[in-house]
Amino acid sequence: MVKGIEIRTSPHLKRALNVQQIMRSVVYAMLPICAFAIWQFGLSAALLLATTTGAAVATEAWFSRLRGAGNTVADWSAVITGILLGLTLPPGFPLWMAAVAAFVGIGLGKALFGGLGYNVMNPALIGRAFVQAAFPVAITTWTPAFAPSRFVELIPTTLTAPFMRPESVTDWIAGLGVDSWTGATPLAMQKFQHIETPAWDTFAGLVSGSAGETSALLILVCGLWLAWRGCLDWRIPASVLAGAALTALPFWLVDPGLYPSPWFVLCSGGLMLAAWFMASDMVASPVTPWGAIIYGVFIGALTVIIRLFGGLVEGVMYAILLGNAAGPLISAWTQPRVYGAVKKARAKS
Amino acid sequence: MSNGTSQDPPKGAGGTWRPMIARMLAGLRPASARPGGHGSGLLRIFRKRKTFPHGIYPVEHKEWTADKPIRRLPFAPVLVLPLAQHRGAPSQPLVQVGQEVVRGEPIARAAGFVSVPMHAPATGVIQAIDLAPTPEGPKTMAIYLKVYQADPQQVLFDTGHDIDSMTNEEVVAAVQEAGLVGLGGAAFPSHVKLMPPKDAVIDTVIVNGCECEPYLTCDHRVMLEQTDALLRGIRLIMRITGAKRAIIGVEDNKLNAVDQIRAKLPANLPITAEAVESKYPQGAEKMLIKSLLGKEVPVGGLPAHVGVAVFNVGTLAQIGDLLPKGRGLIERVVTVSGPAVANPGNFMVPIGTPVRFLLNHVGIKPTLGQVILGGAMMGMSVSSIDVPVTKGVSGIVALERDEDDPARRQVYPCIKCGECLKACPINLNPSMLGELAQAREYGLMAQGYNLDQCFECGSCAYVCPSNIPLTQYFRIAKSINRERKN
Repeated sequence: MVKGIEIRTSPHLKRALNVQQIMRSVVYAMLPICAFAIWQFGLSAALLLATTTGAAVATEAWFSRLRGAGNTVADWSAVITGILLGLTLPPGFPLWMAAVAAFVGIGLGKALFGGLGYNVMNPALIGRAFVQAAFPVAITTWTPAFAPSRFVELIPTTLTAPFMRPESVTDWIAGLGVDSWTGATPLAMQKFQHIETPAWDTFAGLVSGSAGETSALLILVCGLWLAWRGCLDWRIPASVLAGAALTALPFWLVDPGLYPSPWFVLCSGGLMLAAWFMASDMVASPVTPWGAIIYGVFIGALTVIIRLFGGLVEGVMYAILLGNAAGPLISAWTQPRVYGAVKKARAKS
Repeated sequence: MSNGTSQDPPKGAGGTWRPMIARMLAGLRPASARPGGHGSGLLRIFRKRKTFPHGIYPVEHKEWTADKPIRRLPFAPVLVLPLAQHRGAPSQPLVQVGQEVVRGEPIARAAGFVSVPMHAPATGVIQAIDLAPTPEGPKTMAIYLKVYQADPQQVLFDTGHDIDSMTNEEVVAAVQEAGLVGLGGAAFPSHVKLMPPKDAVIDTVIVNGCECEPYLTCDHRVMLEQTDALLRGIRLIMRITGAKRAIIGVEDNKLNAVDQIRAKLPANLPITAEAVESKYPQGAEKMLIKSLLGKEVPVGGLPAHVGVAVFNVGTLAQIGDLLPKGRGLIERVVTVSGPAVANPGNFMVPIGTPVRFLLNHVGIKPTLGQVILGGAMMGMSVSSIDVPVTKGVSGIVALERDEDDPARRQVYPCIKCGECLKACPINLNPSMLGELAQAREYGLMAQGYNLDQCFECGSCAYVCPSNIPLTQYFRIAKSINRERKN
C-alpha cells in the first residue's frame, strides 16, 4: 500500500482557480455583451464576431503548431482576443479585414513575443490598431443601431471581397428609413457638432458605435461580475474611469457647451469596454497594486486628452497601447515595500 | 457555560439543511470568498479582527481532529533517534550498543551551546548507533532503541527542580538539559531564545497558538488539555526574559481554546489571550507580531529587536511540565490527519516512533499518494515512511493520489495576474522573482527583490493560477546564492 508514495516540494496544497478557469470566466463575461451587439446590429455583428474569434483561434493554433510546444488554444486566451477584437470593430466592418486584424493581433501582438504571458501589449488592440492604419475609411464607417432589417439582411460592407474596397453604405442607410441618422457616433457628434447625446441613451446603449461598445450599463454589470469572481483587478477599471472623469471635469466646468460632461465621457465610445476588458488584460498591465492604479489613471487621462485635443474621435485604443508600453516601467517604480524594510530598499539597476 | 457555544461549528457536517444551503450558495459566491479562495477584501472590512495584510485561506479540515483528545500511542518495537533532530550541532551519544537504558535517562549530550541533549523515550536496550533515513534525504547517525514491551515504562529520572528558587542562568541551563526545542516545527533549541542579543530588551512574550497549517490540531489540543502547564511555562519565561507582559495569540477558529485559557488566567499577572484572524500564515512569528502588536521585525533583525520573544504553545507547555519535574523531552503531541487517513487523531507519540508504526495505527486508505511530515503548506514530503517522528514534527498529513493533483496540472506562463503579490505575507513580488528565477538571475533576485526575506510559506505557489512552482524556485535560488557566497 505504501509502495507508490510520491515526493513533492511544499506547498502540498493548491487553490483550485487556474489560468483556464480565469480565461473562461472572461469569455462568459463577454457573452452578454456579444448577445447585445447581435441584438442591436443583427446578422452582421454575429458574423463579425464569429470571424474574429475563428481567425484568432486558427492563428493561435497555427503558431502553436509552428512552435511545436503543444496546442495553446486550450487556454482560451485566443478566444478572448477574438471576441474582444470583434466587439471593438464597427458592425459592418468587412469580414476579410476583420480576419486580417485577428491574424495580426494574435500573430504580431502575441505569438511573436512568445505567446500567452509574454505579450507586451493587448493583442486585440494591436490587431485593431493595424486595421485602423490600413483601412481608415472602413473602420470609421458607422451604421445605425436597430435597423429594422438587421436580422434578414447583412450590412452591404460585411461581405466585401478580399482586397476590394468596401462599397458606400450611404444609399443603403437611406433606404432603411431610420429617422435622424446623421452617420456619426455620439462621440463624433459631440466632438464636431458639440451635440451631446442624452446620457441615458449612451449609458443603456441605444446608440451607434462599434459592435460591442455601446451599452455602458451592460459592460459595467459584466465587468463587475468578473471582478467579483476574482478574475480581474478592480483597481484598473476603477482608476481608468476615475482618471478619465477627473481629466474631463475641469474642461467641462470651464465650457460645458464645448467640452463633454464627465458622465458623457464615461458612457460614450469604447471607454467602458476598454476599461473593464482591455486595460485590465492581466498580462499587459502592471502587476503591482499601486502600479495598476497609476497605469489606469494614465490611460483614463490620456484617452480624454486624445478625445478633446487630438485628431481622432476616440483615443482609448492608443491610450491603452501606450499604457501597456509604460507598464513594465510603472511596475519597476512601484515595487511593494517588503515587510520590515527599514529604509526604502529598491532595485539598483 | 454550555459547551456548544464555545465550540467551533462543525464545518461541512452533513445531515441538516444549513450545510446544504451553504454548499449551494458556495457555488454562487466569488472565488475570493470561497474557502480556498483568496480573500480580496470588501466583505472582510466589516469584521475587524487582529490580523496581518495579505495571506491565504486554504481549506483547513481541522474539524477532522479538533475534537479528538490526545491519546497515548503504544511503543513501537524499535525507536529511531537521530542525533541531529534539532537545529544546531548534533548531540553526542552517551550510550553504547547493548547498554540498557531507563525511560527518561539522558542518552546523548549537547555538543555546545546551540545544541540539546536527548533522553530515552522508553525503557529498553540500545540496539545500534547507525545511519537512519531522514525526511531531508541524506541518512544521518541515529540511536536505535529496542523497547522492552513488558516494562511498565515509568519515568525514573525525576531529579525535581524548585524552579522558583532557581536563578535565571540555572533555568536556562535546565531548559537545555531538558532537551527542549521549538515544537512548532522549527526545532530550534529553546534555551538559545531565552538569551536575547545584548542590544535587545524583551518586553513582550508572544505565545504562538495560531496553528495556521491546515489539518493540524495538536497545539489546539495542548491549549485545551495542558492549560495549566502552558501557563506555568509562560510565567517562567516571563520571569527569565524580564518581559512585562505575555500575549497568547490564537486563531479564531479555536475560540474554545481562548475561552479555556481566559478562564484559567491568573488575575495578578499581565497575561492575555487574544483571538486573531484564521488565515495562513498567521502562525509565522513575523506575521503574529504584526497582528498582535502592529510592529514589524526589521529586515535582518530578530523579534528581540522589537522587544518580543515568540514561543510556541507546545514548547511552553512542555517547559511548564518538564522543568519542575526535572525531566527531559521524550514525547510530543502529533496530529495524524489527511484525506488518506482512516481514523485521524491527536496522539502523544514517543520521540523516535517510526512514521510507518503511526500510520499503521491510524489506518491508511489505499488511495494514499503522499506522506508529509509537518503541515501541508510547509511540511516535507517523505520518500520512505521508515523515518522517525522527531522533536520538530507537529503533524503527519497523508494526502490522496488525486486526479486533479497540482503536479499533474499543466504549468502555464506567468499571466501577471498579481495573485501572488496579494498573497505574499511579507510583500514580495513573487511574479517578478519567478521570472528572474527562470532567467537564472539569482543574484538580482536577492539584491533587487528581497529574495532572502522569503520564508517559503508557499502562499504564492498556492494561489498561482499558472501553477508555477514559485516556492521551489525560491528555495533553489537561495541555495545557489548560498553556494556562491561560500
